[in-house]
Amino acid sequence: MFQYLIRRLIGAVGVIFGVATITFIMVFLMPGDAARMYAGPRAPEETVQRIRELWGLDQPLPVQYVRYLARAAQGDLGRSTRDNRPVLQAVFERLPATLQLAVAGLFVELAIGIPLGIVAALKRNSWIDNLATVFGLVGISIPPFALGLVALYVFGFLIPIFPLGGYGTPLHLVLPALILGFGGAAFYARVLRNNLLEVMGEDYIRTARAKGLAPSVVLRRHILRNALLPTVTLAGLDLALLLGGVVVIEAVFGWPGIGLQAFNAIRNQDTPIIMGTVLFASTAVVFINLAVDFLYVTLDPRVRVS
Amino acid sequence: MSRSTPASASVEVPVVQLESKANNRTFFNRIRRMPRAWVGLALVLLVLLSAILAPMLTQLDPLTQFRDGLSDVGTPLPPNAQYILGTDHLGRDLWTRLLYGGQVSLAISIIANVTAAILGTLIGLLAGYYSGIIDSLLMRFTEVLLAFPAILLALGLGSVLRPSIPVVILILAVITWPTLARVVRSQVLSVRERQFIESARCCGGGDWYIIFQHILPHTITVTVVWMTLSIASSVLIEASLSYLGVGVPPPTPSWGNMISDGQTRYRLAPWMILIPTLAILLTTLGFNLLGDAVRDALDPRTSHRS
Repeated sequence: MFQYLIRRLIGAVGVIFGVATITFIMVFLMPGDAARMYAGPRAPEETVQRIRELWGLDQPLPVQYVRYLARAAQGDLGRSTRDNRPVLQAVFERLPATLQLAVAGLFVELAIGIPLGIVAALKRNSWIDNLATVFGLVGISIPPFALGLVALYVFGFLIPIFPLGGYGTPLHLVLPALILGFGGAAFYARVLRNNLLEVMGEDYIRTARAKGLAPSVVLRRHILRNALLPTVTLAGLDLALLLGGVVVIEAVFGWPGIGLQAFNAIRNQDTPIIMGTVLFASTAVVFINLAVDFLYVTLDPRVRVS
Repeated sequence: MSRSTPASASVEVPVVQLESKANNRTFFNRIRRMPRAWVGLALVLLVLLSAILAPMLTQLDPLTQFRDGLSDVGTPLPPNAQYILGTDHLGRDLWTRLLYGGQVSLAISIIANVTAAILGTLIGLLAGYYSGIIDSLLMRFTEVLLAFPAILLALGLGSVLRPSIPVVILILAVITWPTLARVVRSQVLSVRERQFIESARCCGGGDWYIIFQHILPHTITVTVVWMTLSIASSVLIEASLSYLGVGVPPPTPSWGNMISDGQTRYRLAPWMILIPTLAILLTTLGFNLLGDAVRDALDPRTSHRS
């Protein structure tokens, strides 16, 4: 068990190292001169040269690479080329808003997805199952940002219940969280339905029924317990997906999280902020997945044995 | 990821063995009786045909800004007799832009997925056939790419490369091939152990001969299913990228940047958002329905279930 944890941890560190390497390569794919961009087009050549030296851009690539990794390991992701703030600080300032949205989105997913999945599986091929299937397909087929814009038009403008984007009150959170969770909820319901159907076909369920247990007891103790387990992993993977999806939703609703910041950074050509956000989010995803794996091992005794 | 994430198994393409004529017949018999397969096929054909036949379905040019395409106060026109789906903020015909935008969006997604299919199949074949160091290296690399939240990786790439259609194709290919590589690899792992591979080797077949002559055909079906579903998600990602400003650069129409154009004008001209959103929805719905049906028809486990 302990060995397994260590092995997974080393694996995760390896993946993060790879992620950092790819981000480094992406920065160097960038056309143009970062120092010149920072100094402005009219700055004298000496100033640009000074900035280059200051940032270590005059060093050979391998040296820059090692320095980049060493700095990143210490939490130094560079500075914004726009306002010279440390990237990590900028990310951390915006992080609470993003987490708030991501957690609310995850809540929506679970609150809609789990009951819908259960009902769909129990009443298989009924109208509610078909509705869940249609909902699921539409959920994964509609671009979330477009859905967000339509929601803003309907519930912000035509029937003004919610504010037209922005941040602050709980009312501001409702629409973005619903849109963020919508696609995931549909997906959840589908996966959970299939898990449930698979578990319901197992021999031990037939045994439980045959020995005369009440259907509700079979459902709660035998079916749900087994079918819900994989959704723990799914919730973790989803949080990762949400971190990606959040960029678009934040841009639509003007939600001041790390996604909106990265989105604005594109317009300002502020590469350090973009790459810092990418590196930060990917690292977070790797660790969330790791935590979920560990949680899963503790929750499911069968995994521990094998 | 690791063996302790069983949830992912239920969303991936099943390992299928489709070789004999009898199996082929069951497949067609099963899929013929699935209504969603027909609906999906109809939608896909509708969308593909309307993109291909665009020049016949409209006499107008997608880039022309019509003088009478705006109202007296300079606002976009709602659907009317002359412009059947209305006009956009520059007085361009939306129906025409929808058709030509469909060409762009679909071509991008299809080319990107064909590229990803070739790359993913090749890497999956190599990793699965040669276990050991080649397998570890290739799989670690895919693991690193999968650690990035797709939209963020796309955002990062899009920000360092100048936005253009080839760049969007590249981005989509980069973020989609890793999942296929994993699917193909697991398929290869099971095929590799079968007897006909052993006999091919006994007859003196070399590695390349065995890989391409005997293993590759067994990966084609999973690749086709994967591609159908992946085209759907690529259409969504392309739209998101164009919406975020790192996709298809204007004035070339794509469904994503058409929605983006409508974003600030949704109160005045909601059709600018609704129409391309509907187009995306029908397209992804079609591909998802079709891919879903093909997957279920191939999966022997679903036979007694539905």
